[in-house]
Amino acid sequence: MTSADFTLVLPEVILAVFAMGALLFGVYGGKDKTAPILTWTTAGLMVALGAWIGLSGEGSGSAFGGMIVNDGFARFAKVTVLLSAAAVILMSESYMERHGLLRFEYPLIIALATVGMMVMVSAADLMTLYMGLELQSLSLYVVASLRRDSVKSTEAGLKYFVLGALSSGLLLYGASLVYGFAGTTLFAGIIEVAGEGEISLGLLFGLVFLITGLAFKVSAVPFHMWTPDVYEGSPTPVTAFFAAAPKMAAMGLLARVLFDAFGGVSAEWSQVLALLSLVSMFLGAIAAIGQRNIKRLMAYSSIAHMGFALMGLAAGTVAGVQAMLIYMVIYVTMNVGTFAFILSMERDGQPVTDIDSLRQFSKTEPLKALAVLVLMFSLAGVPPLVSFFGKFYVLTAAVDAGLAWLAIAGVIASVIGAFYYLRIVYFMYFGDEGEGVQSAMSPVAWVCLMASAGIMVLGVINLFGVGGAAMAAASALVN
Amino acid sequence: MSVADFAFYVFAVTTLAGGLFTVVSRNPVHSVLWLILAFISAAGLFILLGAEFVAMLLVIVYVGAVAVLFLFVVMMLDVDFAELKGEMVQYMPLGLLIGVIILLELGMAIGVWQFADLAPELRQAVAPDPQEVQNTAALGRLIYDDYILLFQLAGLVLLVAMIGAIVLTLRHRPYIKRQDVLAQMYRDPAKALELKDVKPGQGL
Repeated sequence: MTSADFTLVLPEVILAVFAMGALLFGVYGGKDKTAPILTWTTAGLMVALGAWIGLSGEGSGSAFGGMIVNDGFARFAKVTVLLSAAAVILMSESYMERHGLLRFEYPLIIALATVGMMVMVSAADLMTLYMGLELQSLSLYVVASLRRDSVKSTEAGLKYFVLGALSSGLLLYGASLVYGFAGTTLFAGIIEVAGEGEISLGLLFGLVFLITGLAFKVSAVPFHMWTPDVYEGSPTPVTAFFAAAPKMAAMGLLARVLFDAFGGVSAEWSQVLALLSLVSMFLGAIAAIGQRNIKRLMAYSSIAHMGFALMGLAAGTVAGVQAMLIYMVIYVTMNVGTFAFILSMERDGQPVTDIDSLRQFSKTEPLKALAVLVLMFSLAGVPPLVSFFGKFYVLTAAVDAGLAWLAIAGVIASVIGAFYYLRIVYFMYFGDEGEGVQSAMSPVAWVCLMASAGIMVLGVINLFGVGGAAMAAASALVN
Repeated sequence: MSVADFAFYVFAVTTLAGGLFTVVSRNPVHSVLWLILAFISAAGLFILLGAEFVAMLLVIVYVGAVAVLFLFVVMMLDVDFAELKGEMVQYMPLGLLIGVIILLELGMAIGVWQFADLAPELRQAVAPDPQEVQNTAALGRLIYDDYILLFQLAGLVLLVAMIGAIVLTLRHRPYIKRQDVLAQMYRDPAKALELKDVKPGQGL
């Protein structure tokens, strides 16, 4: 344990110490009155840390006896997590203030969850993995039931907590089997003893349990049951957060375990991931058709998108990981924009979430309707927009890895899924006359919505260089 | 059979029996008492393994604090355990079926279990040699030195749990009258008291 160890985890330490200091400031400095300033400073610090990590250069290193690593992959995932978390808490501030939800603890819990996510994506040991995951999950359980006088919100929190505890149990069981076989919890040790090609049955059991636990966190089918209820029940800003940063972190963690610890036996986990990906894409696409609540719809949409991202991982190649990272960045950006709009949907000061209420929205707010149209087309993966290229990268990686059947299934599922995104557009532009919806949006949310939609259009030029960064990150992970 | 073997079987059987009766006993208070028995026998097993610090920890923390806390919770909360048990019977067949299937699968895995060739070495590499270091010192070295990062992260997890408990349960009730000690102490007797000279036989 030297100062070099602490230098490596300095961003995490800074964010954690900030959260503790801000907690004291909040408690002694006027409780919930300090919430806006805490929200802004938390977001500011996250952006600053994101910029610092992003610009901190090349190379990789490990600390604390190899339990935590800092490489290109970790930096890429951390920047995405920090920036999306900052965007979500900023754009939801005015919503929370209007609906009496702005507690000063909220930005701090989000900051601590972000520390957990940063640890997750740089974990190089089963124990670090678990600590990061629990820090993140526990914070999310709390914010899911933030609206504690609403039955739905408390139900969401409780359901998430119980099922999350079950999945943590499965994950730990898998970890104990892996430790029992390998005699070490370090990824570097596991990959050494796991060998190439043939895998011992005990280790395979451990691997499958680990994947199960993590598939729950990314809400892949068949471990997705909590997602629609939790998305619907949680306060909308919290749902927006769930749909962005934690998904990126869990995907990063899954990639890290699979490549760093089980990279030698990729044939074994590739088939599991291919199956998870297949069923997630189809269930996400088909089950969303019947949804009338836009938050539930976004839950199924996120399940389908996770299916696509898993397809990239299932390929098991550098190109696959690169495709997954690009896909996740695009997904997170789209979701920030879409939720900036969902947060603003209200009628007589009350939030509404019916998609029917969007009827004739283009007449009242043509600019916002246009932005939402771009985002919906993008979520569906319609060609000229950025997310088409995300899907294209994933499908190419899958075909190159010999998973052509999965790629074909993915195309079919995304055509099915396009239906419900386009229906929202239909309602906005060609819906019947009826009681519409107002869109009360803070300037920050407006900027998020417009920037997100703008990125979807302008990004086609060169993806803002994300492709190259993702490539560097992927080659740092896969070797 | 040596004394150690005999002691092992006694503690092992008692632990299992304690665990079983914790689940099946009708009276929840009895359940907690059975749980305490299971903890104490498990502590005995740890002593047989030479891990005396963990054994003492189990007795002091789990029996001394956690189990007593359980006892309070069970006695204070008005939970109808009989009703919960009734529902349990309803789901019992399905649960048993799944349990048996998982048990068989695990049996398959453990039946052909083999350790990695390097596993014993890797396991040795982390822990200090038990011949040289007492296990209290060894644990201290592991937790506060090698695993300091994990220890601090565990601290953060507990901090989140604490913040969460407060966020979700604390309610500020403005209409409640609370005792304000300073206000009481600084009260001026000259203003607070009024002396009346009451004439005998007339009343106030």
